[in-house]
Amino acid sequence: MSSVRVLVGTHKGAFILTSDGKREKWEVSGPHFAGWEMYHLKGSPVDPDRIYASQTSGWFGQIIQRSSDGGKTWETPGGEVVPTPGAPPPGASNKFVYDTTVETGKPLTTHMWYDGTQHPWEFKRVWHLEPSLTDPDTVYAGVEDAALFRSTDGGGSWHELAGLRGHGTGPKWQPGAGGMCLHTIILDPSDPGRIYIAISSAGAFRTDDGGTNWKPINRGLKSTYIPDPTAEIGHCVHHIAKNPSRPNLLFMQKHWDVMRTDDGGDSWQEVSGNLPTDFGFAIDVHAHEPETIYVVPIKSDSEHFPLEGKLRVYRSRTGGNEWEALTKGLPQRDCYVNVLRDAMAVDQLDSCGVYFGTTGGQVYVSPDAGDNWTPIVHDLPAVLSVEVQTLS
Amino acid sequence: MIRVVLPHHLRTLARVEGEVQLEVQGVVTQRSVLDALEARFPMLCGTMRDHVTLKRRPFIRFFACAEDLSLESPDNPLPDAVAKGVEPLLVIGAIAGG
Repeated sequence: MSSVRVLVGTHKGAFILTSDGKREKWEVSGPHFAGWEMYHLKGSPVDPDRIYASQTSGWFGQIIQRSSDGGKTWETPGGEVVPTPGAPPPGASNKFVYDTTVETGKPLTTHMWYDGTQHPWEFKRVWHLEPSLTDPDTVYAGVEDAALFRSTDGGGSWHELAGLRGHGTGPKWQPGAGGMCLHTIILDPSDPGRIYIAISSAGAFRTDDGGTNWKPINRGLKSTYIPDPTAEIGHCVHHIAKNPSRPNLLFMQKHWDVMRTDDGGDSWQEVSGNLPTDFGFAIDVHAHEPETIYVVPIKSDSEHFPLEGKLRVYRSRTGGNEWEALTKGLPQRDCYVNVLRDAMAVDQLDSCGVYFGTTGGQVYVSPDAGDNWTPIVHDLPAVLSVEVQTLS
Repeated sequence: MIRVVLPHHLRTLARVEGEVQLEVQGVVTQRSVLDALEARFPMLCGTMRDHVTLKRRPFIRFFACAEDLSLESPDNPLPDAVAKGVEPLLVIGAIAGG
C-alpha cells in the first residue's frame, strides 16, 4: 500500500510526518536538528530514502545534511576525515563560494543594494534544495545572495552555475524584504536541459542548456512598485509551480498577482480573477490535473496574514481566473498566520493530497484535493517549508 | 593536549560530548587550534570561521582564562594555561538574536 512522508522545515528544527495512503493517522518524528532553522528538506525522486536538508543558523552559518534512510539518520556529506589525495576537500558540503573565475568569462562580483549602489555578493544561506530527477547524488541549491549551485557528489561539494549571475542583468538585481534569495528551482522532466528558477526580487529565469546560459522570463509581469512596471527584471516573484505532465505550463504567485504561462515563461498572463487578494506566497498544482492550482491569499504585503482572520485555500480548476474558497476544516476566525512560499506541496496518490504549513506551526492535509482539511500537527515552530514524498 | 569547549549546537554537529582534546603542533594560537579542530571534525568547517577568508563568524566568540580573545589576532599565542591544557579554549555562540 502506498504511504506518504511529509518533510517539514521549521524555524527551530525539522519534522517528518508519515502516514499510510489514507492520510488519517500520522506518526511524527522530530525535532531533527533542534534549534536550527531548517529552510528546506527534499527527497530524491530517484531514491526516496535520499533526502537533503538545508540547516542554517545566524551563529554557525550553513550546514547541509543528507539522509540515506528516509530521514532516520543524517550525516554532513564530507564531514568525515578524508586523507585520500585528490578526494573532495573535507568539510566542503557547506562551502558555497561564488564563481568569480576568469574561466567563466563573467567574473561578477556586485549587485544593486537597497540604496542603489553596487554591493558584493555575500553568501548567507540555502533557501531551496532540488534533487535531480535522474541521479540521487546530483542536487541543486538556490541560495541567498541569489545564485544557483550544483553538487554531483551527494552534497559533498558545490559549484556555482555562474552563467545565471553572469548573463547580464545581475548588477541590477536587488534584495527584497526577505533578502535576495533564489528560492524556486524547477527541473523539467521533459527536457533535461531546461531549468526554471526564481529570485526575489529579480524575477524568473530559464536555461535550456542545463545551466550554462540563462535568460529572464518576465514578459507580461507588471509590478507597479518598481520604476518600470514591465521591466525585464526586478519583479518580486514569490513562487512558481508546475505539473510535470505539461511542459510549458507554469503558474506563479508574484508579490501581487497570480500568473500563468503556456510557453515556458516566454510570456505571462494574469489569472488572479476573483481572488479576494492576489498577494500571497505559496502556490502549487494538482498532481494529476495540470490546470488545477492552489494558492493561499494573504491580506497585504505588510500584514502577511489571511483576510478577516479566515484561513482559506483557493482552488482554481480552470487554470486560473475562476477561484473557489476551500474552508472545510480550516480555522475561519481569529487566524493570523502566514503560509510561506515553500510551505505547500501535493502528493501523487490517486486522490491527490494537498499539504501546507503555517507560521503558527500547523501542518494541514487535505486527502481529497482540497475539499476537506485536517491538521496533522498543531504546535510546531513556524513552518518554513513542506515537501511530500509518495512512497509505494 | 589542548582542551576546547564547543557550544551545544557544534557539539551535536560534531557528535561529541564534553570537552574536545586536541594535539596541536607548534605555537598554540587560535588559528592552530581551529586548524586542528577542523581537521579532526571536518563538519565544523565554516561554522566558526569563514571557509575562504578564515575570519571569525560575527556571532562566534573565543574566551579563555576569563578573557575575551575574540578580537585578538588569530596568530597570537593563546595563554600558557591553554597551551598547557590547564584551561580550555571556550568557543561561544554570542548571546544575540533570540
